[in-house]
Amino acid sequence: MTKILTKHFDSEPKFHELEAYRRLGGYSALKKALGQDRKALQDEVTKSNLRGLGGAGFPTGVKWGTVPPEDKVPGPRYVVVNADESEPGCYKDRILLTRAPHQLIEGLLIAAYVIGAKDTFIFIRGEYQNQYDILEKALAEAKAAGLLGDVTIHLMRGAGAYISGLDTALLETMEGKKAWPRQPPPFPTVAGLMAKPTVVNNVETLSMLPFIINEGAEAFAKIGSPKSGGTVLFSISGSVDKPGLYEFPMGTKLRDVLAACGGPKAGRKLKGVIPGGTSMPPLMEKDLDIELDFDSVRAAGTFLGAGGMIVLDDSMDAVEIAHNIERFLTHESCGQCTPCREGSNWSERILERMLVGHGEQADIDNLARVGDNITGKVICALGDTVGMVLKGYIGRYPEDFKKRVKSS
Amino acid sequence: MNKIVKYKLNGKDVEAPEGRLVIEAAKDQGIEIPHYCYHPALGNPGNCRMCIVEVAGAPKPQVSCRTGVREGLEVKTDSDAVKRAQASALELHLVNHPLDCPVCDQSGECGLQDYYMKIGQYSSSVREDKEHKGKRIEAGPHVMLDQERCVLCTRCTRFVDNVTKTHELGIFGMGHNERVEVTPGMTLDNAYSGNVVDICPVGALTDRDFRYKVRVWYLDKTDSICPGCSRGCNISVHANTQRPWHNDGKRVARLKPRVNMDINGHWICDDGRYGFSSLDSDRLGKVLRLSPERAELSWFDAAHEVAAKLKDSSIAVVASGMLSNEDWAAYKALFVDALKVQGHYFTAEPDQLGEEDALLRRKEKVPNLKGAEALGLKSGSFDELKKNLEAGKVKTLYVIERDLTKIWGDKAAGLLAKADMTILQGPNKYALGDSFTYRLPATAYVEEEGHFTNFEGKVQAYKKALAPIGHARPDWDIFALLKKAVIQPAAKVAA
Repeated sequence: MTKILTKHFDSEPKFHELEAYRRLGGYSALKKALGQDRKALQDEVTKSNLRGLGGAGFPTGVKWGTVPPEDKVPGPRYVVVNADESEPGCYKDRILLTRAPHQLIEGLLIAAYVIGAKDTFIFIRGEYQNQYDILEKALAEAKAAGLLGDVTIHLMRGAGAYISGLDTALLETMEGKKAWPRQPPPFPTVAGLMAKPTVVNNVETLSMLPFIINEGAEAFAKIGSPKSGGTVLFSISGSVDKPGLYEFPMGTKLRDVLAACGGPKAGRKLKGVIPGGTSMPPLMEKDLDIELDFDSVRAAGTFLGAGGMIVLDDSMDAVEIAHNIERFLTHESCGQCTPCREGSNWSERILERMLVGHGEQADIDNLARVGDNITGKVICALGDTVGMVLKGYIGRYPEDFKKRVKSS
Repeated sequence: MNKIVKYKLNGKDVEAPEGRLVIEAAKDQGIEIPHYCYHPALGNPGNCRMCIVEVAGAPKPQVSCRTGVREGLEVKTDSDAVKRAQASALELHLVNHPLDCPVCDQSGECGLQDYYMKIGQYSSSVREDKEHKGKRIEAGPHVMLDQERCVLCTRCTRFVDNVTKTHELGIFGMGHNERVEVTPGMTLDNAYSGNVVDICPVGALTDRDFRYKVRVWYLDKTDSICPGCSRGCNISVHANTQRPWHNDGKRVARLKPRVNMDINGHWICDDGRYGFSSLDSDRLGKVLRLSPERAELSWFDAAHEVAAKLKDSSIAVVASGMLSNEDWAAYKALFVDALKVQGHYFTAEPDQLGEEDALLRRKEKVPNLKGAEALGLKSGSFDELKKNLEAGKVKTLYVIERDLTKIWGDKAAGLLAKADMTILQGPNKYALGDSFTYRLPATAYVEEEGHFTNFEGKVQAYKKALAPIGHARPDWDIFALLKKAVIQPAAKVAA
């Protein structure tokens, strides 16, 4: 199985240190990139079919291409690393930051070179104290080794809000404001941090860059599926024998992923697989043969997200799961727009009532209706998921919901 | 002005300047799209999700406050999907709203009520208890905050952030616990605080001065001009005459700003907004001779008695920028043309000077000194008047709508006593009202119509909102009566 990011994780325990990283070829891509034509590098990334692995799946090279050229919009431009990993079920960035901080720094420096950014930022989840320490140490190493050149990497820490993981909310947070998502247009690449052109990329996305530069776009694209290049990390948990971080080529069948991690657990029947973190409705038994990439998962009615895979089995109850997720979304709703702020809280309370035995058929219809009234009518993706989760679980597990209706 | 483009609104071909927000462009066509957060002077955060419309080709519904008109755009504001989206947005606004309309001061002018009647679902699906937040929070001297009624549209916080830049209000907490709060250590006491009540689309911010005084549907509204300073802000006088036993028996219940982008935009200051107590207190209604023996006179008798004494006397007139253009013209006809008075004193003194700022407030707290200037009237200095009074050079002192104690302090009574005859004309009695020889009641600006010329020279009309009190007449009418009596003495009329 081809691995890109985690290739040396099992064989090199000190991969997080500069010496080991360089010994295994680290920073050769940066050396190769510096001095090359920046537009050509950007085209290379576009050709690689690298997609945003923070969850949105937007083609990275295309995103970079929307940064206005320096002769049209002079002044600083920034690269921001989104390391505010908070989606329940996701821990891939945590492991990348722990085990391969130099891989990220190298990717970031390549991106900064292509974008023309002198100031770059790593916005790291506040709770990631160990990872922050590791990253700080790695940065000092890279700086002492003269690898940063004229680029400055600023470390910034989150204050605990899930919503800050959304790019525009993250930018607001960085500016010292309440983490309320912005409504594009303008997109961050046009007016981002301090209204300057800003590329926001996920840890995993940027960590892919050294491979693409070293091995070429074609080699990267070939590993993945036709429209999603390279590999993808799955943080697997739930009803599995071997939970943990797995790297698979894009387009690996769900069936094969489950086989690798041993899910569902022995004696249990598969109920579904949350593919990308709890905000995404589950894939079902019938989806076992889909080839996991952004587009195919989307076609199956859910999202690959950030690869936070949770395997559900028949011992679990859909109403309890939906309630748990809605409780999380209610807690983390930023409160800016009404449908999400009020709708998440309302649906959580309806679900809670159903859980304690006071559900009615009208509640199920109402939840589906309210969900429908939220998704697509809110400012950001968190709001969309509030409705998506409701509709997703009611639609996939109607029996579980019917069981919660009081028989009169 | 941007170029005009063609677009389709509910299937109809219409035109609008390119880039004009759909919510505004639709309004131009007579279509009001429901909204809470959008305000033309405060921007379009798009957080209330009420103004959702369908745009052809867009993957999902769009908010019309953030969609610009472009050539060939096709917008639907009345499709079933749009109606459903708006009804559901309203439903979500109301999930935790206390629905306390019967005891809410906003009733009758509430965005939630209005839209509920228009696009509401009329049957509640909410079975859960309401979430509770803070109530009756004194945000500042003028504003009361009820967090439960708030729809978190952020208009008020944007006002204190972007207009007054004083930041007394903020959004605190997160998610469904989010609420508008007074910034710790602050109080909402900026010079424009009352405007947050106007822009609040619901009953979250109410006016402490107005609360529980009158139901808004009993108010009569009249276009007027604020006389509080020389800016000439456009206001609406809200009068309570249908239920005279309400509002503590006072006729004027509140003043509200009217939009005039050339003068005041959307706002008025608190001084202007709350400075109307003299309209219903300390008022003069009787035509009186106070000395030598007190008598209530008819206007005819008073005019001739005063006119006879005015002739051939050395007169000084203390006037005020409260007079309208019409008043100034009649003033000139009487005092300049007929009586040839030399001493005119109407500059803004400490009684009519106050704070000034870059937003609206002007230093001189009267509306119409420009009107006098336009007629070529020139004011002498009050120091000169004081000297002349002390020297006994002024036999008759005619005071129009001014409180001399606020100009000369303790010395005012003594100075007034220096003149043989003194006349007070105006709507209010003021401190020395009992020390004059004659008292002629004049209407307040809400009881007459006229024009003020603001400091920029802009002439604006104000309308009559209320009947005069007692026998009060407009100042111009009193001047005209006196002039007629000066020119045509009573004896001849009688003969």
